[in-house]
Amino acid sequence: MKEWQPNIVVLLCQWSLKSDSEWTQRFDLPQGARIVEVPCTGRINPLLLMAALQYGADGVLVVGCEPGHCHYKEGNYLGRRKFATLKSFLEYVGLDERRVRFALLGETDRGKLPGLVEALLGDVRRLGPTRELATREAVPCAIVS
Amino acid sequence: MQELTEAIRQEARRLLESGEVDVIIGFTQGTLPLRAAPLLVRKAEDVERLIWSPFCENNLARYLRGLKDKRVAVVAKGCDSRSIVALITEHQLERDRIYIIGVPCQGMVDRRIVARRVPGEVLAAYQDGAEIIVEGDDFSIRLSRTEVLHRSCAMCIHPNPVLYDVLLAEPVAVWAEDPYAYVRKMEEKSPAERAAYFVSEAQRCIRCYACRQACPMCYCEECFVDHTTPRWIESGITPAGRQGWQIGRAYHLTGRCVDCGACERACPMEIDLVYLNGKLNKDVRELYGFETGLVVGELPPLALFQPDEGPDFTR
Repeated sequence: MKEWQPNIVVLLCQWSLKSDSEWTQRFDLPQGARIVEVPCTGRINPLLLMAALQYGADGVLVVGCEPGHCHYKEGNYLGRRKFATLKSFLEYVGLDERRVRFALLGETDRGKLPGLVEALLGDVRRLGPTRELATREAVPCAIVS
Repeated sequence: MQELTEAIRQEARRLLESGEVDVIIGFTQGTLPLRAAPLLVRKAEDVERLIWSPFCENNLARYLRGLKDKRVAVVAKGCDSRSIVALITEHQLERDRIYIIGVPCQGMVDRRIVARRVPGEVLAAYQDGAEIIVEGDDFSIRLSRTEVLHRSCAMCIHPNPVLYDVLLAEPVAVWAEDPYAYVRKMEEKSPAERAAYFVSEAQRCIRCYACRQACPMCYCEECFVDHTTPRWIESGITPAGRQGWQIGRAYHLTGRCVDCGACERACPMEIDLVYLNGKLNKDVRELYGFETGLVVGELPPLALFQPDEGPDFTR
């Protein structure tokens, strides 16, 4: 049987750490991690995070801009409330708290993203595949249309 | 009870005869004992059909959006009035088109609990003081009303209407102390126990969406669960579809739910839904000091923020 490999999704704000536009491309993404760029953390539908988990992601990391530095002024603040409640709720229904993370990175945090991704991957490796919640049976095609 | 029924009829007749409103939303006797049914009254001669009983469990705010072009009077308990406040805040209703007949509520009786406490089929049920008398072919049992309340009613801290044009009785004293005691008990369990409980509850879901239809705040023209592009949540009664629906439905009501319990009462599978929404209500109350539907115009917590509030997600 094929050995299980962790899958994590990073929902990354397109403006976060983006003044150096090549940054995400130069960063060698570890195996099992995928980056999905979003316009703003305030715009992330919680259902997107649910979809990631239900389509088989074992962990999700959401990265936005630090307080006071949102490109749209207040998206990260709204995102913070959204993720505080969503994370707490997912833990309540039994998802391990280490599987869903939220980070607000600022100018001085350049270079920290690989560490965050590695930390989540490491935890997910120890935790194993998500067994708390069921995964979807269908092929994820409709989600990209 | 009888006085309240009379008061509701009198007020309804006055409103219809004076032409102040076009339609009254209230309750009538259900076709089965232990049931009351929502009723729309348009003519003054029909007001005799209106009643008030310990079984008026629906949240009547659900019907208001469908009657936007009419002047409406609605019989409102504490939870109904909070839903109305929340709907006005979300610009779904206009305050001056609605006449709110406030009725202080003593909590509604859960017919499922009653049915489990009696030996046979219930043929009649009525209130006598603080007790409910339940009668069948060969039994007549007195049950204390406080023991057979819906769970959301037993832990209700807003039984009196918060917004009304007329209040038909003296406000009642609040009986519950901690509305989230049940959530706290669940939080103390281990993650594995919580996951097992959630999965076992969600597993019974037949995806009928009665919870959504009963909820006054679930008014999206197209629900996320009916979207096909993208298909957010699996549509079948698969484990992932059921769990996704339960999580999505509850989370969509963050900071908007008034704890009325209408979803749970509508559920034919008796899924524990109040425990899900209770958690979100508890969180917004503890994190942001917010309770839904108390003040008109007070924005829901997810539409607001404080720049310097926690939790601190910076690294």
